[in-house]
Amino acid sequence: MIPLSWFLILSAALFSIGLFGVLSRKNAVAILLGIELMLNAVNINMVSFWRYGDVSQMAGQVFAIIVFAVAASEVAVGLALVISVYRRRNTVIAEELDLMKW
Amino acid sequence: MTVLQIFFLIVALVILGSSLMVVTTRNLIHAALWLIVTLFGVAVLYAVLNAGFLAVVQVVVYIGAIAILFIFAVMLTRKELRDRGPQLNRGWWLNVIIALLTFGGLFWMLQSWNGFSKTAAAFPSSYDALGQLGNALISPNAFVLPFEVASVLLLAALVGAVYIAFNPPSGDSRK
Repeated sequence: MIPLSWFLILSAALFSIGLFGVLSRKNAVAILLGIELMLNAVNINMVSFWRYGDVSQMAGQVFAIIVFAVAASEVAVGLALVISVYRRRNTVIAEELDLMKW
Repeated sequence: MTVLQIFFLIVALVILGSSLMVVTTRNLIHAALWLIVTLFGVAVLYAVLNAGFLAVVQVVVYIGAIAILFIFAVMLTRKELRDRGPQLNRGWWLNVIIALLTFGGLFWMLQSWNGFSKTAAAFPSSYDALGQLGNALISPNAFVLPFEVASVLLLAALVGAVYIAFNPPSGDSRK
């Protein structure tokens, strides 16, 4: 069988890669891509803790499903914001968005 | 090393390699396509972990909806066909250090936990995980409240996304 540590190390690495993407990409859509990677890393952790703990306690899978719902709504609102900003300012580079209201 | 472990290592390499491509590739369409590869690898991991329902939901919701939404957004927000200029911020090497420190901190914290290298008990063959999951989602003694809150959140996000991205016709006095 696969030890639990392999899943945890993989998800820590995926989280760090997503963090790097969020911190260093210029494009706002690419920043949202990094957030998706981080949410997936969290989900791997939750499902593996469910499997390696007591499988009759469904909390891990239930909260993985709730993370799916949160990720879907975050992406829908985030991309709507990006498209709205693009219509008004004609850019999606995060550094160039320096006004609160236009 | 068993066959399952070799399979896990291959899937992990695919996930890490494609997620590195997501955060470093210049073309955002390619980044969204690499994200699909990453999400599919994670779905395979769910199947390895005996969570078949989550693997299906991962393919349907993440690959079927979220990745396609990303591709739509990229296509709606680009001026030129090719991306010019650097895609990373100036201080990106500092962010590499921050990411490595995060990984190191997580690894140090996890390896000091005494359940770090435990292996799973065999999955009970007569156990109906999907039925238990369905019961847990709608049982008042379990998780019906977070489930309903998640549905309200999805409704709010739907209304909010339509409101924000709605393009008012020209001449509209609303600002």
